[in-house]
Amino acid sequence: MGLRTPIYQQHLNAGAKMVDFGGWDMPIHYGSQIQEHHIVRSSVGVCDVSHMTVVDITGAASQRYLSFLLANDVAKLKQTGAALYSAMLNEAGGVLDDLIVYKTDSGYRLVVNCATREKDLAWMTEQIKNYQCELSERPELAILAIQGPAALETVRALLSPAQSQFVAGLGPFKGGFCENWFLARTGYTGEKGIEIILSSEAAQRFWQMLLEKGVKPIGLGARDTLRLEAGMNLYGSDMDETVTPFASNMAITVVMDGERQFIGKAALQAEHQTGLKTELTGLVLRQRGVLRAHYPIYLGAEKVGEITSGAHSPTLGYSVALARIKTGLNGDLEVLVRNKRLPVLKVKPPFVRNGKQVYKLP
Amino acid sequence: MAEFPGEMRYAESHEWARVEDDGTVTVGISDHAQDALGDVVYVELPELDMDVVAAGEAGVVESVKAASDIFAPVSGKVIAINNALEEAPEIVNESPYTKGWFFKLQPTDKNDLDNLLDADAYQAFCEAESD
Repeated sequence: MGLRTPIYQQHLNAGAKMVDFGGWDMPIHYGSQIQEHHIVRSSVGVCDVSHMTVVDITGAASQRYLSFLLANDVAKLKQTGAALYSAMLNEAGGVLDDLIVYKTDSGYRLVVNCATREKDLAWMTEQIKNYQCELSERPELAILAIQGPAALETVRALLSPAQSQFVAGLGPFKGGFCENWFLARTGYTGEKGIEIILSSEAAQRFWQMLLEKGVKPIGLGARDTLRLEAGMNLYGSDMDETVTPFASNMAITVVMDGERQFIGKAALQAEHQTGLKTELTGLVLRQRGVLRAHYPIYLGAEKVGEITSGAHSPTLGYSVALARIKTGLNGDLEVLVRNKRLPVLKVKPPFVRNGKQVYKLP
Repeated sequence: MAEFPGEMRYAESHEWARVEDDGTVTVGISDHAQDALGDVVYVELPELDMDVVAAGEAGVVESVKAASDIFAPVSGKVIAINNALEEAPEIVNESPYTKGWFFKLQPTDKNDLDNLLDADAYQAFCEAESD
C-alpha cells in the first residue's frame, strides 16, 4: 500500500483506477482518460494533487536564500501574491527540480514535486544553514487543482463571499491566503484554473461540493496529456539532474544578468561559452501512430536524440511529443515507432493553449 | 468487473475468437484487455485477403498507455476488417465483444480453436495474471 491523500476514499467512490505514482496511490483515470482531457479543455474538472510537496520559507533572509537557491530571481516578486516558476539547480547546472514560488505575507510558499521530495528537502535544508530563515514542510495540507474554461466561475460560486471576492481580484499566475485557504490562479493544463491549498478536512468537503456541482474528477493520466499539449515539462521525464534549464526549454525562467549569484550559475555561464549541445523541442506526427518516451530520433542514419515524453493529443487528434535532440540540425527528422521510421515535424511548444492549437508549422 | 462471455474462446495474449454459424471466425480483444490498455487511440488492422498464422502478428492496438501487438488466435485468411475502428477506435473500449471486433478469418484448421481457453479458464488466467 502506498501513501494516500485525504481524497483517497473519494477517488474510489468516484470509480477511480488507482496506480502507484511516486509512492502514492493516485487515480490514473475514472473511466476514460481522453474524456477527462476533453472535459478540462471544454468546461471544468478537478484534480487531486495533494501528493505534491508544500514548503514554507519564513524569516528575515528568505529572499536572499531563495535568490541563491533558485535559477529564477525571486526579487521579481514585488508584492504578496506574485508567483514565479523556477528550476532549482545543482552546482553543475543540472535541474534538481522545478517548482512554483509564491510570495506570501510571512515569506514564500514553494510547491515542489512529490517524487523529488526527499532530495529537495535535503538540498534546501543544506543550503539554508547560512541564512536567517526557516523551512517548514506542510504535509498536512491538501491541494486541489480546478482547471478549465469554466473553472473560475464554478469555484467562485462555491467559495465563501470573501474568498469569491478574493479570487475575482486575482490576476493570472497570482495567489494568496484568504480565510486560511491558499488560492492561486495557477495550473498545469494550459487552461484557466485555480489551485487551492487547504486542510485535509476542507479538501474533502470542497471535493464533495465540486462533484455535487457536476465538476468531473480528473486523473493523473489526463493531467499528463494536458500538460504535454500545453508544452509544460515533466520533471524526471523532460529534464533531470543531467541537463541544464537551457537544454530543457526553460531559458526564460533563468535570470543570468546582474551580480546575483545562484547555485549552478557558473556552470550555466560555461555552457553558454561552449554552446548548447542539446535542446528540448516539440515534435508533431501528422499520421497514425503514437510518439512515446524514449523512442529514438534520426536524421538520416544518425541517431540525434530521443523523445522525453509523448502521447496521442486528444485535442489535436494526432501525436505530439517533447524531445531532446542535438542542436543545429538541418533536415527531416524521423522517429522510430515500432520498427517503422515516421517523419515528424519539429515545432516550438506549446501545442495547445486555451483549447486551441497554437503551434506553428515550420 | 470485466466480462468473459461464454460463447468466445480466448488466447493468453487477450484476443477472443468466436466461431460464426457460417464457420468463419470473428476476432477482437477481451474486455479485460481493453480495460488494462485504457482508452484506445489507434487500431492497425491486417490487410484483407492476408494469410495469418495462429499466434502470429495480425495488427496493433495503441492506447493512451501502450502499444500492443494483436495476434491471430487461429490460422486463416482475413475476409473482413472492421473499418469503423479507423475513425472511432474508442468502440474497442465501449463494446469489445460486439461493435469493437477487429477482423474475421476463414480458418484453415478448425483444430486451432482447441488451443484456446474457454471463458472460465481465461478468467482464471486473467485473475492469476493481475495478482
